[in-house]
Amino acid sequence: MTELTNLGIKAIRDGVAKGDFTAREVAEGFNAAVAEASALNAFIVATPDHALAAADATDAKRAKGEELGAMGGVPIGMKDLFATEGVQTTAASHILEGFTPHYESTVSSNLWAAGAGMLGKLNLDQFAMGSSNETSYFGNVSSPWRKRGTNAAMSPGGSSGGSSSAVAARIAPAATGTDTGGSIRQPAAFTGICGIKPTYGRCSRWGVVAFASSLDQAGPMARSVEDCAIMLGAMAGFDPKDSTSLKVDVPDWEAALSADLNGKKVGIPREYRMEGTDQAILDSWEQGKAWLKDAGAEIVDVSLPHTKYALPAYYIIAPAEASSNLARYDGVRYGLRDLPDGAGLQDMYAETRAAGFGDEVKRRILIGTYVLSAGFYDAYYNQAQKIRALVAQDYENAWAECDLILAPTTPTASFPLGSLDADPLTMYLNDVFAVPASLAGLPAMSVPAMLNSDGLPLGLQLVGKAYDEQTVLDAGLAIQQRSGFDHAPEKWW
Amino acid sequence: MSVDKATVEKIAKLARIKMGDEELERMAPELSNILDWVEQLGEVDTSGVEPMSAVIPNALRLREDVIDADPKTAGGRRDDVLANAPAAEHGFFGVPKVIE
Repeated sequence: MTELTNLGIKAIRDGVAKGDFTAREVAEGFNAAVAEASALNAFIVATPDHALAAADATDAKRAKGEELGAMGGVPIGMKDLFATEGVQTTAASHILEGFTPHYESTVSSNLWAAGAGMLGKLNLDQFAMGSSNETSYFGNVSSPWRKRGTNAAMSPGGSSGGSSSAVAARIAPAATGTDTGGSIRQPAAFTGICGIKPTYGRCSRWGVVAFASSLDQAGPMARSVEDCAIMLGAMAGFDPKDSTSLKVDVPDWEAALSADLNGKKVGIPREYRMEGTDQAILDSWEQGKAWLKDAGAEIVDVSLPHTKYALPAYYIIAPAEASSNLARYDGVRYGLRDLPDGAGLQDMYAETRAAGFGDEVKRRILIGTYVLSAGFYDAYYNQAQKIRALVAQDYENAWAECDLILAPTTPTASFPLGSLDADPLTMYLNDVFAVPASLAGLPAMSVPAMLNSDGLPLGLQLVGKAYDEQTVLDAGLAIQQRSGFDHAPEKWW
Repeated sequence: MSVDKATVEKIAKLARIKMGDEELERMAPELSNILDWVEQLGEVDTSGVEPMSAVIPNALRLREDVIDADPKTAGGRRDDVLANAPAAEHGFFGVPKVIE
């Protein structure tokens, strides 16, 4: 079965449809790969039975000559931020340990309806707060990649680090991710895979554990641009249960994919040349320009003057929304309750939240509570929301000169686990290139470009106009065809 | 502007997170660093700029004014709602006594 686990979404779906192999064989292969890979700690729980049941349903449909769906026969990993009926959903936190939803998130429902099955719930940074997968209550996730010549455990990125690790390690052909300020793109870049955050509102947030509601957006993580196009199509769609869901049709991104960029203008934002960016990253950016030019695009310089303020604005807006969203964890309705003998209601809240949240989550709740508190609201929160408007306006101005933007995904390649934990701010800087598109709600994708001199993957980021995932995917495909990136980590787990 | 231990203690209380002395001592400089760093937003002239709360223009919808329009989010699911509660009793959420 080893070779089946090397296949992506399209190859599995088409192979099952043609009868080259059964969906059950695929599910069994991946279930075995998941069981073998506990050293990565990518999964919080494995759900082999779910994967097998979905596979059997696909095989039965095929026997009857029925449609198999866009993801028919493809088992995937589900980030443990999506509520899954009957399967523990924790957001990698202690406070939700044991929480077993009686409902299914819209995105996961859509995927099951398209014929996918679930290999398990993937580890992540606690409540999706982190850029290295070191804040999970269930332990760090290791990247399958290692620096050439060393055995140090490397970060798979975050917050969708279980997703990136599993897909890069070939223990899942694809996985769901969520992106609030880079949580799909940064881990994809760190592990040499693709990941796209669609336009805000494309994928329903119903049943996704909320972090910062005006920013949270789900998207696919997979090893090719085609696979991302297929899976995004299966995840997206209007949902009346999400008040910010976009009531627009889902285009057939897969069918329309084209690497021909003639007539497209690609903007290069000059403010992204920041101090502290690795030379190898800047070199890969140059290479990316050459690839897109070769695909027919015209390269133009653009300016996004408020770029430097996007990250600090994000670190006001996201914690502010988080402090409000996470108020629901009170020890009353679900999850942990810590009630010392003789304690009252207020003590129960404070004890439960002290025991249930990790340090990074507490830090962000406190920052959010502070910036929203009386006397500081205008200086911090309102000012950040105004800067958010300016960041979005920067993009509007840029669209007068270009159709999409090319930039690095991250300022550095992956780093060893534990190497950045002394200072929260250094960790936040990982998302400096990813956050602006999140603030503006724009579709943005990371595609692998090359390996650096340490043998670690580097990603390139494409940002498009609102609703224009197609151009982003097309440019991603153009890069994929020219980079020929097919590196896989050497198996050590 | 930095926050001191007393300020962190006050915020932690507002956020209903119990924190001991050691934790407050540790959090204060971390939060100060972050808040000092976001201070740079003050450099930007935002006069005349409307704060942005919704990124993609989208009108807030109203659902149909009918009972149980969507069975998943409608009534009649008491036991599902209570199923994950740490202390559900007699069809209610149980909490410590709040009135003497």
